Amino acid sequence: MITLTTPLEGVKHLRAGDEVELSGIVYTARDAAHLRLVELISQGQPLPFPLAGSVIYYVGPAPAKPGEPIGSAGPTTAVRMDGLTVPLLEMGLKGMIGKGDRSPQVVEAMKKHGAVYFAAIGGAGALIAQRIKKVEVVAYPELGAEAIHRMEVERFPLIVAVDSQGRSVYAEGMAKYRHPSLKEAY
Amino acid sequence: MRVIEYSHLVTHVKEMCLEANCILPKDINDALERAQQQEESPLGQSVLGSVLENAHIAKTKTMPLCQDTGLVVVFADVGQDVHISGGLLTDAINEGVRQAYKDYYFRKSVVADPIERENTKDNTPAVVHVSLVEGDQLRLLLAPKGFGSENMSALRMLKPAQGIAGIKDFVVETVIKAGGNPCPPIIVGVGIGGTMEKAALMAKRALFRPIGSQNPKNHLARLEEELLELVNKTGIGPQGFGGTQTALAVFVDSYPTHIAGLPVAININCHAARHVEVII
Repeated sequence: MITLTTPLEGVKHLRAGDEVELSGIVYTARDAAHLRLVELISQGQPLPFPLAGSVIYYVGPAPAKPGEPIGSAGPTTAVRMDGLTVPLLEMGLKGMIGKGDRSPQVVEAMKKHGAVYFAAIGGAGALIAQRIKKVEVVAYPELGAEAIHRMEVERFPLIVAVDSQGRSVYAEGMAKYRHPSLKEAY
Repeated sequence: MRVIEYSHLVTHVKEMCLEANCILPKDINDALERAQQQEESPLGQSVLGSVLENAHIAKTKTMPLCQDTGLVVVFADVGQDVHISGGLLTDAINEGVRQAYKDYYFRKSVVADPIERENTKDNTPAVVHVSLVEGDQLRLLLAPKGFGSENMSALRMLKPAQGIAGIKDFVVETVIKAGGNPCPPIIVGVGIGGTMEKAALMAKRALFRPIGSQNPKNHLARLEEELLELVNKTGIGPQGFGGTQTALAVFVDSYPTHIAGLPVAININCHAARHVEVII
């Protein structure tokens, strides 16, 4: 098991398929928050959190029960953020956490800027919530679950899904376990 | 004529939302345990272990299995001899959803308008499909449907000549295109025949069937087996990381159709295949 802490510095040693545990700070952002961040960047405005070395977690958590930091908090599908991701990588974003594969444009930008995309286990929101210790809203509270939250995480279990060389656990894993009898046309 | 009180329905729906969101049905849990034993990929085995641990945590801490507590879909089979007193069936369902999502700290994921996208803040309205059936009972099937899997749905109006081969191609292509997005191992619902909307409804309702059940028609039971085998040959595996356990089940339902058509709809459910049934 590889352990990582934020802010992320070198990510070049991480390989697609590695299981890692991440501790430190992650910022949450989904579709609506990405739209706003990209608009701020295009206008040259300051951002609500520092992007250099940061990790963004694509998540819309369930509300916290009284006395708990957060409700269930598993990843959402990353591909929805693909059209809004390259400008963030250009600003120094180092890590992203979501589920599902990324577009070729995002992978190319990750290679160029030396970033890594982690998968958290989709549908394991209750398990992941146990590793989130503290949560505060840093921007756009009016977006509710889609607001930007700052989360302190301890040993957040992740898989390196796309590494900084552009290798994908999805493409490689599927090719490895695809049955030879399956029609080539698929 | 049997009378069912509106308030009684509200309470039922509220508790159904709680159970569905926090307790993984036993047949799904058992199927995930079998999948973990059969999975060839070590990473896939590890993922399935985490998924089972998640179900245990959700149950013991009464927290939702997944933060996407979904858009609530209800099939209500209403006996012709039932009278609902004190309000409308749909209102009762929405009130039960409203109370559950507030009181149990579930995520509110519904927007009032698909273009303007303002959150309704209470997860209503539910999507309700009502059928009139024989008898004096009310059967409710409820599923909080997450959109990671719902977004991977597909519908195609095949040509009758494409037949079984066309159906297989469509299912496998749809599952491959979905990849890791719908949180595999998935459950695949396939509706064949009828019209465009009938096929879609059958695909959705098929997701409520228990793991291990078969279509009563022999040729469709065989198709279910063949489709499951094909889907598990894709190599997608748990979470799409590669493996042999891509789907827990494929359920096919059919309906008579037109001489000129072969509608096929596919609806996918994630491994957190939340659903619950109550007969009142």
